Amino acid sequence: MNNAAETPVVNRGNAVLKEILSGGATRALLSVLLGFVVGAIFMVFSNEAFLTAAQYFTARPTDSLAAAWTAIADGYSALFRGSIYNYAADDIVVAFRPLTETLRFAGPLIASGLGIALAFRVGLFNIGASGQLLFGALWATWISTRVSLPWGLHLIVAALVAILASAAYAAVVGFLKARTGAHEVIVTIMMNYIAAGILTYFFRTPELLREVDGGGTPKSDAPAETAQLPYLLGDQYTLHWGFILAIVGVFAYWWIMERSTMGYRFRMVGHNADAARTAGINVERTFMIAMAVSGAFVGLAAVNQALGARAGMTPDIDGTIGFDAITVALLGSSTAPGVLLAGLLFGAFKAGAPAMQVIGLSPEITGVVQGFIVLFIAAPPLVRAIFRLPPPQKSTVVADWWRSLVTKGGRK
Amino acid sequence: MSTVVTPGLFSQVEVKVSKKTPYLMGVFALVVLGAFGIFGKTETVAFQWSKEDDVIKLPDFLVASNLVGIVLGVALVAIAAVSFVLALRGTKTPLWLTLVFGLSAVIALLAWLAAGNSLPFAFILGNAVVLAVPLALGAMGGIMSERVGVVNIAIEGQLLTGAFLAAVVGTLTHNLYLGLVAAMIGAALLSMVLAAFAIVYLVDQIIVGVVLNVLVLGITNFIYAQWLTQDGLNTNFPGTFPIMPIPGLSAIPIIGPALFESRITTYLAYIIIPVLWFILFKTRRGLRARAVGEHPLAADTVGINVARTRFWWVTIGGLVAGLGGAALTIGAVGAFGRNMSGGQGFIALAVVILGRWHPFSASAAALLFGFSIVLRIWANQVNPGIPTDFITMVPYVVTLIAVVGFVGRVRAPAADGQPYIKG
Amino acid sequence: MKLELRGITKRFGALVANDHIDLVVKSGEIHSLLGENGAGKSTLMNVLYGLYSADEGEILLDDVVQNFKGPGDAMAAGIGMVHQHFMLIPVFTVAENVVLGHEPTGALDTLDLEAARKLVREISDRFGFDIDPDALVEDLPVGAQQRVEIIKALARDAKVLVLDEPTAVLTPQETDELMAIMKGLAKAGTSIVFITHKLREVQEVADRITVIRLGAVVGDAKPTDSASTLATMMVGRAVDLDVKKHSPKKGDAGLTVTNLTVVGDRHNKVVDDVSFTVHAGEVLAIAGVQGNGQTELAEALVGLREVTGGQIILGKLDITDSTVREVIDAGVGYIPEDRSKDGLVGDFTIAENFMVNRSYGPPFAKGLSIDFANRARIAEDLITEYDVRTPSQTTLAKQLSGGNQQKVVVARELSRDLNLLIASQPTRGVDVGSIEFIHERIIATRDAGKPVVIISTELDEVSALADRIAVMYRGKIVGIVDATTSRETLGRMMAGATV
Repeated sequence: MNNAAETPVVNRGNAVLKEILSGGATRALLSVLLGFVVGAIFMVFSNEAFLTAAQYFTARPTDSLAAAWTAIADGYSALFRGSIYNYAADDIVVAFRPLTETLRFAGPLIASGLGIALAFRVGLFNIGASGQLLFGALWATWISTRVSLPWGLHLIVAALVAILASAAYAAVVGFLKARTGAHEVIVTIMMNYIAAGILTYFFRTPELLREVDGGGTPKSDAPAETAQLPYLLGDQYTLHWGFILAIVGVFAYWWIMERSTMGYRFRMVGHNADAARTAGINVERTFMIAMAVSGAFVGLAAVNQALGARAGMTPDIDGTIGFDAITVALLGSSTAPGVLLAGLLFGAFKAGAPAMQVIGLSPEITGVVQGFIVLFIAAPPLVRAIFRLPPPQKSTVVADWWRSLVTKGGRK
Repeated sequence: MSTVVTPGLFSQVEVKVSKKTPYLMGVFALVVLGAFGIFGKTETVAFQWSKEDDVIKLPDFLVASNLVGIVLGVALVAIAAVSFVLALRGTKTPLWLTLVFGLSAVIALLAWLAAGNSLPFAFILGNAVVLAVPLALGAMGGIMSERVGVVNIAIEGQLLTGAFLAAVVGTLTHNLYLGLVAAMIGAALLSMVLAAFAIVYLVDQIIVGVVLNVLVLGITNFIYAQWLTQDGLNTNFPGTFPIMPIPGLSAIPIIGPALFESRITTYLAYIIIPVLWFILFKTRRGLRARAVGEHPLAADTVGINVARTRFWWVTIGGLVAGLGGAALTIGAVGAFGRNMSGGQGFIALAVVILGRWHPFSASAAALLFGFSIVLRIWANQVNPGIPTDFITMVPYVVTLIAVVGFVGRVRAPAADGQPYIKG
Repeated sequence: MKLELRGITKRFGALVANDHIDLVVKSGEIHSLLGENGAGKSTLMNVLYGLYSADEGEILLDDVVQNFKGPGDAMAAGIGMVHQHFMLIPVFTVAENVVLGHEPTGALDTLDLEAARKLVREISDRFGFDIDPDALVEDLPVGAQQRVEIIKALARDAKVLVLDEPTAVLTPQETDELMAIMKGLAKAGTSIVFITHKLREVQEVADRITVIRLGAVVGDAKPTDSASTLATMMVGRAVDLDVKKHSPKKGDAGLTVTNLTVVGDRHNKVVDDVSFTVHAGEVLAIAGVQGNGQTELAEALVGLREVTGGQIILGKLDITDSTVREVIDAGVGYIPEDRSKDGLVGDFTIAENFMVNRSYGPPFAKGLSIDFANRARIAEDLITEYDVRTPSQTTLAKQLSGGNQQKVVVARELSRDLNLLIASQPTRGVDVGSIEFIHERIIATRDAGKPVVIISTELDEVSALADRIAVMYRGKIVGIVDATTSRETLGRMMAGATV
């Protein structure tokens, strides 16, 4: 406002600190923390020792507290052992395997998370990651199991086919939205189920993709060796090049959204579609293209799943990636570094599952933690209230500095 | 800046109604006529109108499958033609005609699938009603929420919560009615979270809905794996509500057993749907609620408390959706299974849109989807030679076609999805 | 009923919207609150009406201190408000809108719509409003909708009626009718607060005037004071209400519109067989009351709306069916009516906003990526040249004031190589300083030999900028006249009278 009565910022250091504390990164960190706290609560209340001890809580409270503490410690240390470093292992190779498993699981999560993040920034809700992944995996499996090509070419063709198929499947959603105004949330969810049905049919039918000498359950052949993603760290670990693809995806995403004019137009439509239309942008076509690019990123995840496998695949090849991708995108605030970190975190959760199962803790607990993290992320004022953080500041010192780093030549 | 065009001041132009509906109808009509009629199966279908224990029994209606296909196919072509003529005249196809079309197409499909077998019509109708109940109740909850301007993507989570609590609490307390109440309260609590986030914290309502669904799925999966599977007999064995036929009404041939030989969850739905319509369109509270959904600022300026209205309607909508969830377990099969709702919450959302946010239209749409789900179950048993995977997809394909093809751009409550920020 | 505001102060963060405002309105008096856009008038009324709560100060009715927790309390105390943007539910009927919030009910909370209809008819007859209670509000013309707003307030027994910028959407005739209504109400005992920035109306109808500037009361005035006195009080310095401009140096035809017809969202001809020509180096103003098709005409010219019939020729190029992008590339500059909706992306920085319609090639793009260095340089230059008050070019557009936002849009359009400028309501909601600046720039564009089309509902602006004036009424051009035409004639044309 042109009004003169603006209180000058007195203490600059104070202002900067406030700005950091009120910013998104802090909130993300704290949301993760809160999620772990909730997870701990679930761990405690599903622990038999605690439940028994709780019955006589008033008589001997220390028993309950000790049981609670043990439950939490056991649970999270199992998670750590399964996802980062197995300090209980004898040899060094086994000790580092958890970290490689985390990276292996993180690959498809990061890739599909990027896809969902891109859709978010254009103002679209792409809930169809699982359908797009399945569709892409379908065609990749066809190339990898029913077509013969020399090594190198086979892998490249299969990967490209997966990416294009996923992109096409997603583009259909964009097309329907543009032409008919259909609600993309419902369309994508229905297409998820449809893709699952199609894939199951293909994996069940011998003439199509069912494994040779297969039985009643729908399952495909393993991808041909010439089409498999090679191992990244030798045979000791199952980490394959799919992770590198995901990292490439991160850079591609960053370049598209922050540097390219196409990404600029995506962001414009996402912020204000009316102004974009007035500026000459074809909003409907932008939706289609954005969905296609979003699907292409999900296609990277499809490549991971279809060509990273060493055995035959079943129709649940997408696992929970579909909805995980949404949580990754939300936690990562739809930015490239954010999605990378969020993908790694949730990849760690997946890697830690077997270790948790061993101590009798159902691995679904990570799903609970994941859900609560995202719930907290989605409610900035809630986290702010819990931690008494300052509200969004008028001071833009840090924001301006960051923006001047990220957008070249933007300094005043 | 609201630009108000002054209609009535300008000269009118002839209204052009899109021909999308008649074209789609035409395509389907030809498919039915061709695939089920002219090239249909010649075996006889026995339409079983009544069940063994019906009071009044009607004899089976025996007819060749392709004859049904031809007759209904011709009827469908006629309806498509009527729709086309209406479009030329500038009138939209009335909703009831579209529903008749859909119903006839489904019957033709059933006759084709049942060629050489019997078609237990009463059984199918009855099951369609039972399967439609969770969808309809979920849709009522959705309507209550969206009419006050809060987008409710979390119907899926509400149904799942209701199903879960009904089964588990019902087992633990050995009292199905307590399970019912628990289901309703649980879903209402979920609604409160949605309401709080959407109204108080101004978070994007779609994201909150998606997150809540993910959360409920995670929690129920965890408890299911950790507890229910270990100790199923004591935790997840509620049984179902007894079937309570309504004397007199249940004796009516064909529709009697289908509609009036049911469980309390179904009867509660029969009550809730018209009551909601009445409250929404005939009472003061309903007027205020609709005002909040159309123009919250205007409602605020006449002294209506927007946040409180939204909060209560969303929460009570949750109660209704919770009832729908209970209908999935103790109103149907009994025990809870992993991801029990299986996407029905999203079908309920489609029902809300198809039904144009109107209780009666939405219920009709729910019935249509109920039919498509019955189709899946029954066709599996009959084994007509279509891959089961495609049959499984039917409800979802139907939803997709419905949302894309027949809905177009309907008018949601004007302020749907926009949080209201007070100065 | 006597209304008094004592020391009302309202802050929004560091911004003081109302600064210790005192106001006294006697019973049966028409009191005008005069101030330019952004002065704080609407904020003050929102405080009075209970939508905002004041940080300091008191509201007194008949010398009794009031404590309003919301509009319900204010209405119960007898304060009625007719808002600038109508608070009506379009899909409800008149009766439903009027009784909303104090509905007559029957058994089981059912609505008694018959009682509602009776109430509407009674008030409507008493003041000669002629409104059908069962009409859907969205089907009513704007003047009628405003009358519904007034009935709404009177139905709650308003003793103090606040009218916020009521004449923005009325023809001069409807404005006169409104003035008569106001005088009638005042004579019947209702106190009226009439908020406006239009000097002419204030002089016509007010009993007393309070002038507000930058959130504080500047002083009281009488309706007999001169326009320039009032203007100076409003703005704080001597205001030159006329823009200096030389006579036009007209060139060839720049824009030729022939038999243009556009069908609107409700299947009516919002633009009905419109024809006009704008020459290079001249300003054609399209005058008319809001809602007579001017918005749709502008949209059709730039390609945002489908043309049903007729032709639009720019120079030698037929742009009738061109896409928006093609029109932009053909050199058409467009300042849209609603800058926050169509003109700017609020969440983009100022620099990013400068390139919204030029993102496909130089100077803002290098191949597939953004040319950041060039963009920063251009942004700096434009901010300086157009005097955009902002801490930096990386400030988000939504953080600027209305006037500065409009300057960003103007800068963006005028810095391109233009063959035609279309400016729709170029100074709506803009402070006087920015108004002067923008007017000068538009004249400069015209003097540089470009054809300019201005669309404005403000007759003052039209008279100041135009070389020729086309008046639109009900989608048709009623006549194209010289800029020296009298206000009276223009007013009659705006109400449909042909020349």
